[in-house]
Amino acid sequence: MDNKHRPTRRELIGVAATVAMSLAVSRRAIAQAGARVIVIGGGFGGASCARALKQLNPLLQVTLVEQNPTFTACPFSNDVIAGDRSIKQQQFGYEKVASGGVTVVAQAATKVDTSARTVTVADGSVLAYDRLVLAPGIDLRFNALPGYDEAASEKMPHAWKAGEQTLLLRRQLEAMEDGGVVAIAVPANPYRCPPGPYERASLIAHYLKTKKPRSKLIILDAKDAFSKQHLFESAWKELYPGLIERVSLSQGGKVASVDSSTNTLVTDFGKHTVQVANVIPPQRAGRIAEIAGATDKSGWCSIDPVTFESKQVSNVHIIGDACIAGGMPKSAFSANAQAKACAAAVVTLLAGGTPTPPKLINTCYSLVAPDYGISVAGVYQPKNGLLADTEGAGGVSPLDAPHEFREREAAYARSWFDTITAEVFG
Amino acid sequence: MKALRFAFLIAPTIACLGTAAAASLPPPGAASCSGCHGVHEPASSAIPRIYGRDANEIVSVMTAFRDGSRPSTVMSRIAKGFSDDELRPIAAWLASQK
Ligand SMILES: Cc1cc2nc3c(=O)[nH]c(=O)nc-3n(C[C@H](O)[C@H](O)[C@H](O)COP(=O)(O)OP(=O)(O)OC[C@H]3O[C@@H](n4cnc5c(N)ncnc54)[C@H](O)[C@@H]3O)c2cc1C
Repeated sequence: MDNKHRPTRRELIGVAATVAMSLAVSRRAIAQAGARVIVIGGGFGGASCARALKQLNPLLQVTLVEQNPTFTACPFSNDVIAGDRSIKQQQFGYEKVASGGVTVVAQAATKVDTSARTVTVADGSVLAYDRLVLAPGIDLRFNALPGYDEAASEKMPHAWKAGEQTLLLRRQLEAMEDGGVVAIAVPANPYRCPPGPYERASLIAHYLKTKKPRSKLIILDAKDAFSKQHLFESAWKELYPGLIERVSLSQGGKVASVDSSTNTLVTDFGKHTVQVANVIPPQRAGRIAEIAGATDKSGWCSIDPVTFESKQVSNVHIIGDACIAGGMPKSAFSANAQAKACAAAVVTLLAGGTPTPPKLINTCYSLVAPDYGISVAGVYQPKNGLLADTEGAGGVSPLDAPHEFREREAAYARSWFDTITAEVFG
Repeated sequence: MKALRFAFLIAPTIACLGTAAAASLPPPGAASCSGCHGVHEPASSAIPRIYGRDANEIVSVMTAFRDGSRPSTVMSRIAKGFSDDELRPIAAWLASQK
């Protein structure tokens, strides 16, 4: 024999072990690459996240669980209420999401077992996940406002989830006689779309001014200050003088109870019996978040601002309206931006890496009239365990802008809707 | 022991392979842009195209929004949230997306 080294038995075992281990490692790596991610909720957050996950790593098995076959978008639903837009323009299907490789399960998720890592859907099927993303949006807290339950909402619509409720409010406005009073009850923070009630008041005022000019609109508000307040108020003075009256919290605007049999809203200071009552009740994260154990005492989900992972349960991430995102408002833009950051974090975590702290943007447009838009913007980043405003950035449209500026913001608002819905569903 | 060390060497390589299949992750801030600027924005849109544009051009436009030398409705408010060091990788990433 030459003195070439012959492997000893011990060394052979060593090599075998190495191969076995590397096989095990590679199997794990493959499992990670083909890891199962379930997203519950196919709205602005969930559908965006499912698509982004698949785009970032096509090997992932991504399942989107969504209870409705068609999504009806809230942004621009105030236009539908004011009669300027059809509900069809708000509706989107999931065909494109599915053709991009996401498995779409058209059922409600009914149970989440975070220790077995499974999701049960309405027909009893059980789906397993490595990571779960919850994007169920909001639930209305029926009975948080005495007198206001689901049955009452059939008479005093909230229209805070778009669809039949949106159309009901529109029909009530159409049926109202000129000279009637419309009331909007606004809850305290936090709730979906902070400027939404004031955009609604503006567009209803636009409808009344054009079609029923002797009518009035009253906003009964559980807050003193609100989003884009100065811009809204100065526009109301200019466009709808005398038509809109707002009663703030300190003026006694907080609605304490309602009586749907008489269309009455009761505050500490009096009763308002009106022709049309739009009651926006307090809200909380979609129920499935609570079932998963991801909500805290507030009814919302606290998250890690880098990964959007739940602070209550592991391997579960929450995006969109259901989460507490620090300074970020509950908006479709926020939900979409969070979805993409969360997808990047999930892909990185599944590959064994460390997610990079994200930077996020939010822009919310409101229409005060069809050709009059205003906006608020913000830039956010993780700070002290929350998503905090980036100092010096963001803010609202200038107060003294010329009309051409307002027109441009209205045009941008429409383009924004087309672009974002194309990214989410198209 | 040797085997273990070997396995540890392999592990990160494979973990990288796992991500190799993934598209490059956008730098912080870049993913939010598509909320307004469509990836397939038609030239006729009210909102300008930014994907596939020259990186230097994107940086200089953003800088001009930030210091107010270029008029805007909303972009000046957003650009103020990004430093030059943050803008450069965002612009490079946007430029690489065709
Ligand atoms: C009047 C109004 C105007 C608005 N205007 C704007 C605007 O101009 N700009 C803006 O950015 N935002 C706007 N918003 C806010 C925006 O609608 C929300 O912030 C956004 O929809 C939140 O996205 P999300 O994914 O968290 O929830 P959603 O979009 O509500 O999606 C949640 C989805 O989860 C599904 N789901 C829930 N539970 C389950 C379950 N158990 N199983 C299966 N599926 C489930 C629901 O069916 C739904 O499709 C407006 C809101 C309102 C009410």
